[in-house]
Amino acid sequence: MQSLTDEKIKFLEEKAREIRISIIEMLVSAGSGHSAGPLGMADVFAALYFHILRHDPKVPTWPSRDRLVLSNGHICPVLYATMAHAGYFPVEELLTLRKFKSRLQGHPHRDFLPMLESSSGPLGSGLSQAVGMALGDRMDKGKANEKFIYCLMSDGELDEGQSWEAVVSAAKYRLGNLIAIIDRNNIQIDGYTEDVMPLEPLSHKFESFGWHVEEIDGHNFPAIIEAVGRAQAVFDGPSVIIARTIPGKGVSFMERDFHWHGIPPDKEQAKKALHELRTLGGQIRSEHQ
Amino acid sequence: MINLSQKLNPKLFDKKVDQVPIRNGFGDGLLATGEKNPDVVGLCADLTESTKMNLFREKFPERFFEIGVAEQNLASVASGLSAMGKIPYITSYAMFSPGRNWEQIRTTICYNNRHVIIAGSHAGVSVGPDGGTHQAIEDMAITRVLPRMTVISPCDHIEARKATIAAADLGNAVYIRLAREKTPVITTDETPFEVGKAQVYYGSGSCDVGIIATGALVYKALKVAEELKKQKIRAKVLNVSTIKPIDTEKVTDVAKSCGAVVTVEEHQISGGLGSAVAEALSQHFPVPHEFIGVRDQFGQSGTPDELLEHYGMGESHILEACKKAIGRK
Repeated sequence: MQSLTDEKIKFLEEKAREIRISIIEMLVSAGSGHSAGPLGMADVFAALYFHILRHDPKVPTWPSRDRLVLSNGHICPVLYATMAHAGYFPVEELLTLRKFKSRLQGHPHRDFLPMLESSSGPLGSGLSQAVGMALGDRMDKGKANEKFIYCLMSDGELDEGQSWEAVVSAAKYRLGNLIAIIDRNNIQIDGYTEDVMPLEPLSHKFESFGWHVEEIDGHNFPAIIEAVGRAQAVFDGPSVIIARTIPGKGVSFMERDFHWHGIPPDKEQAKKALHELRTLGGQIRSEHQ
Repeated sequence: MINLSQKLNPKLFDKKVDQVPIRNGFGDGLLATGEKNPDVVGLCADLTESTKMNLFREKFPERFFEIGVAEQNLASVASGLSAMGKIPYITSYAMFSPGRNWEQIRTTICYNNRHVIIAGSHAGVSVGPDGGTHQAIEDMAITRVLPRMTVISPCDHIEARKATIAAADLGNAVYIRLAREKTPVITTDETPFEVGKAQVYYGSGSCDVGIIATGALVYKALKVAEELKKQKIRAKVLNVSTIKPIDTEKVTDVAKSCGAVVTVEEHQISGGLGSAVAEALSQHFPVPHEFIGVRDQFGQSGTPDELLEHYGMGESHILEACKKAIGRK
């Protein structure tokens, strides 16, 4: 991983802003979908695709690429938007989200977009798949390169028992090539995670299960990138980065409100959201003003 | 008459016919395919010996993964290994895999288009004393309904070995149904086996009734055919080891040459072999059709023979069903 310069941080901030704008445009065009999670994870995705991942958007099946499994498939607007901005496919295609025959299915589906590492949607099974990938990669050590398997998860999906089956198996097999990143935004469909089914003390849970734990501000690029760097250095066991994020980040009226978990903005709300994102909340004049 | 071209076990109708558990064939087949292909890996959910994966574990410890009593993780970890080019075989009891982990099999294996072989052992009521919780009699229904899934139900350990080896080359999800109990050996190494092909084991040409059977009950079907011969009733027995895709051509041939069929399976009547045959025949050549299988009930403790009799899957039931089917012509 390259070192992080001030210039690169500015670049990443700009990419995250572009990704958030695309997310709003996609959701309003689709007329359904999830708003809060994708906006909240835009910074983590920008950091991954524009700094951390070893990948080649022009050769998506490059065998030595890092693998990124999106376990909480419902935040796919941020995955699609980031992949498009990274050069995997045209940004214009983003507006086909959730439309008939679109490659950008409502939840990720490899049949339609084979460059995805996994189809997902039903919660709690991504980490298991990442464990399998990490085991498979380790079997090939010697004939392949050092690669990392990243699994992006939501906090709500930790309600699923299977998540914990995967957690114990990753620790058993000491999967140093596995890095889970949890979107700790504290919301799920029915409310706040600690009301629906309390998860805290989350970092202690992972520690006691034998994982290396990083807990960070998920909107701070140096923090994200340094945490991944430390996780990569832990070679004798799996790592989890608990990224504390603000659901709906970047759109003032969506931030921290669980009602935006599973709904898109309407046209008026989208206009307001796009204005905020384009002007950085009034700090700069929009090109559309 | 036994179909000689099938090269079946010559001692088939001897009282002392060899009896071997069908699951043993899986263990032998996995070991053989593991020796041939270094990408083959094995995963188990705390039942390595009783599913016979221990043979593979002992030979290839570095390619074996003990997942513990966690069947959902078992299925999805296998999906991830497949994504990295491995060919995972996963085993547990059929009740738990594909029972407990059906959605993980659907989404992370079938929907994800991953080549994973799911071996479900201890299927059917013949598990016996363990009781109803452990008797998978819905497994063919829940796997048959999944797109991209091949479903194989071998009739003996030799066919199970062949199916296990063949599954490594199929490229898609495969469910192989295995049974615990010692089962009469019907076939030999020379008996033809091909995924997707049913084989006529008994009778030829025009007959009075076609018995279409799968799994260990193929043996009872053959014995019933012999008994019917004594009663001057000509029966044909079709071994359907691949439940999905069903061999529509052979099933239709049996219906055409016999005019009535009886399906025989150690499974709920809904959704298994009988349903697959009915779906094929109702489109291609409808004939009177009687069903042998469990009728919308759960199992219970008992010996395999007691349970097969109790749930209407004994030889006398098959025989009566044949006569009933003929009577409906």
